Amino acid sequence: MLPGILRCIRPVSTRLTLTRPLAHFTPQMAPDPSRPVEKAIRTKLTNSLKPDHLEVHNESHMHAVPPGSESHFRVLVVSSQFEGLKLIQRHRLVNEALKEELSSCVHALAIQAKTPEQWGSNPSLAKSPPCMGGSRGDHTVEEKLKAGRE
Amino acid sequence: MNSLIRSAARCLRSGPSVYAPVRADGRVWSAPARFLCSAADLQKDLGQMVKKDKVVVFMKGTPAQPMCGFSNAVVQILRMHGVDDYAAYNVLEDQDLRQGVKDFSNWPTIPQVYFNGEFVGGCDILLQMHQNGDLVDELKKLGIQSALLDAEKESK
Repeated sequence: MLPGILRCIRPVSTRLTLTRPLAHFTPQMAPDPSRPVEKAIRTKLTNSLKPDHLEVHNESHMHAVPPGSESHFRVLVVSSQFEGLKLIQRHRLVNEALKEELSSCVHALAIQAKTPEQWGSNPSLAKSPPCMGGSRGDHTVEEKLKAGRE
Repeated sequence: MNSLIRSAARCLRSGPSVYAPVRADGRVWSAPARFLCSAADLQKDLGQMVKKDKVVVFMKGTPAQPMCGFSNAVVQILRMHGVDDYAAYNVLEDQDLRQGVKDFSNWPTIPQVYFNGEFVGGCDILLQMHQNGDLVDELKKLGIQSALLDAEKESK
């Protein structure tokens, strides 16, 4: 069988990643109690896709952005509305539902879009690859963080 | 200000396209630069760019030095399948390209992968295609034999 993907996807410069100064962001910081962006994502996906199962994970703490940011998300959507649709069509539905967030404060959105049957046979959340620090000093990300704060 | 200077410099060069992709094997392919630089011209250029090579990736950083974990994942997956000869465009070098490709694909995030001029998706989709075997089939349609097929044959 094909080798485990997580084992194989290693950044080429693993050493650089480990020494890069991301560690000053505490990995387990207290989340912003209001979490407006996360709430909006949850509401919009629920309303548009009527999911059987929905997970919304704020992964901003895994990236080179300030603590408490709501810029990087992973969503898992299990919906019968995905039946018969190719992956790209499913992802486009999710993108469409979150159009506003994606054009304002959300910089990265990892998507898993499964039918109830697919979820039943493999109920697992994928893991995001390690950050390579690209958000630091990125003007576009800074604008999005500002939009998120306002 | 810097991006204005870069845009101006780009406009002063001549030819059909300004964007120089890095080949995944490290060679830089320098296309002649463009005379006009409107957003409409960029969309037209993108239409040509995605068809010029069998595999085209818009990413952050380069295949040799990705600047984003998701972009790196795409590079690693292609590498696993032995796909070395593809065009990679670094959107961090040009904000117009970065927004332009999002408009062109109607897709909000980077990385973006094209096969034979057709938009395939981002990192999540490529990963799932790799895991479920679809990527091997899609590469075959492009006339590319996945290295994983050779590895499987050798192990039998």
